[in-house]
Amino acid sequence: MTRPALEAAETAVAPRARPARWRGCILPLVLFGLFAVAPALARHGGEGYILALVLRVMILGIAAMSLDLILGYGALISFGHAAFLGIGAYAVGILMSHGVGDAFVQLAAALAASALFALVTGAISLRTKGVYFIMITLAFGQMLYFLATSLAAYGGDDGMTLPRKSLVLGTRILGEGHTFYYVVLGCLVGAYLLCRAIVASRFGRVLRGTRENPVRMQAIGFNPLAYQLAAYVIAGALCGLAGFLLANQTEFVSPAFMTWQRSGELIVMVILGGLGSLHGAIIGAAAFVILEEVLSRITELWKMIFGPMLVLVALFARGGILGFFRGLRRG
Amino acid sequence: MAEPLLRLEHLRKAYGALVVTDDVALAVTAGELHAVIGPNGAGKTTLIHQISGLATPDGGRILFDGADITRLPMHERVRRGLARSFQITSILPRFSVLENVALAVQARSGSSFRFFGDAAAEPALNRAAMAFLEHVGLRPRAHLPAGLLSHGEKRQLELAVGLATAPKLLLLDEPLAGTGHEESERVVATLRRLKGRYTIVLVEHDMEAVFSLADRVTVLVYGRVIATGTPEAVRANTEVRSAYLGEEAA
Repeated sequence: MTRPALEAAETAVAPRARPARWRGCILPLVLFGLFAVAPALARHGGEGYILALVLRVMILGIAAMSLDLILGYGALISFGHAAFLGIGAYAVGILMSHGVGDAFVQLAAALAASALFALVTGAISLRTKGVYFIMITLAFGQMLYFLATSLAAYGGDDGMTLPRKSLVLGTRILGEGHTFYYVVLGCLVGAYLLCRAIVASRFGRVLRGTRENPVRMQAIGFNPLAYQLAAYVIAGALCGLAGFLLANQTEFVSPAFMTWQRSGELIVMVILGGLGSLHGAIIGAAAFVILEEVLSRITELWKMIFGPMLVLVALFARGGILGFFRGLRRG
Repeated sequence: MAEPLLRLEHLRKAYGALVVTDDVALAVTAGELHAVIGPNGAGKTTLIHQISGLATPDGGRILFDGADITRLPMHERVRRGLARSFQITSILPRFSVLENVALAVQARSGSSFRFFGDAAAEPALNRAAMAFLEHVGLRPRAHLPAGLLSHGEKRQLELAVGLATAPKLLLLDEPLAGTGHEESERVVATLRRLKGRYTIVLVEHDMEAVFSLADRVTVLVYGRVIATGTPEAVRANTEVRSAYLGEEAA
């Protein structure tokens, strides 16, 4: 093995050592702690604006984290992940337009529909590798996008505005105070813990092994496809949850939720934060949302600034924001 | 004689006009160490690929443990007890040495569709994996990332991973490839310990090692079997001498 590859191997394994594992918990705890106290902090000014921004970070954080599960741990570059965001959101919108306002029914529909879509498209896409996988996931995403734009009954191109947030046991509790905020935070923490458990589990170990060397995994008796497909379904369902939350936050559903640009943004968030670290995806989502917000105030052409920044990250900060911090600690 | 554990019948494979496996027949009896030798380009690795399921033959049959496995995918063959090592070291470089082996143990012990519980902390898996590492002398290296092992140690790790799949038959593709003198002695010593306890098909270039280890030797030249027999008989075979050993004598 070459020297840089050896060093990469060292950094990859380092967080597993006992003391480092302990340290690995600090950053996520700080992160979730900040989310928890944000409503109290925001009371000093611009509350509505700040909380809407943080909500967006948390929801996109769930979506990016679900992508990290297959991208970072399974090396599956899905370019159609926003489709699941759309499915989750449309589950809310479509059911509500038919008078089904219950959050649990909508959530169940969102999860089931995105899992089913992941199962069917995953079973087909996973037969391809590399650039073909990227292309076929993109194609499935676009298919769904155009399907959504053609749904005249559900707003077509323009999407539809929801009359209110989902109902919990017939009450409008989600619309009151900070309830919705803490529900989203709960979902984020739950999704994070779930992903953490999955990555460390027997299943996760097979998935990680497949990322490193699929032929070796077959040679010890695993069928990589089965594990990749299961991971794809889990990631799809989790992103469906994010879609459900996004529709409830904006009280609006539109095909724009699942453009291929959005899929690209999710990949950017994962890479920006640091591939294969889960909380890195949340940090990446925060960085993306904040940069978008700040830069777009400077100029309408904010992507002219954002683009070169991404190039710099890709060139000089391979581990993303998390990798940068790790480098500081060691250096 | 009992039915052989592995039997190849009229196996054929061609890449375009190049015939790499030409009507190969081979029978490996349970318990023996059967070496396959041949000059470069004789089709040894392609043969191993077909037996293990990495390549599909164009014709003929592969029978293992009484069943036709010609069309089975590799992971199914492994589950039936057909393990292999690779000529070019094929490990999980970012996993620890222990986890490389524990993963192979995991493949044989219960479902891996378990989404909770820390797999790296499963004592049964780690204990079994440690035993295999002990077997190949890698126990002191257990917690090192596998990518940091020396080349010879990686070859030993390949062996441990193969053993951990609980094979009935072990296909070893040039386990001595690229090892230094000292390292190769260590691998040979390990193979000697395994001999008799496992059925082994050993594809190897190193003649000295082959003749000292093998119960029987099959010689492959341009995809064809030109001789099969005890090391002494093969060494004495005139066709083999002219086609293969002759090169070395000259």
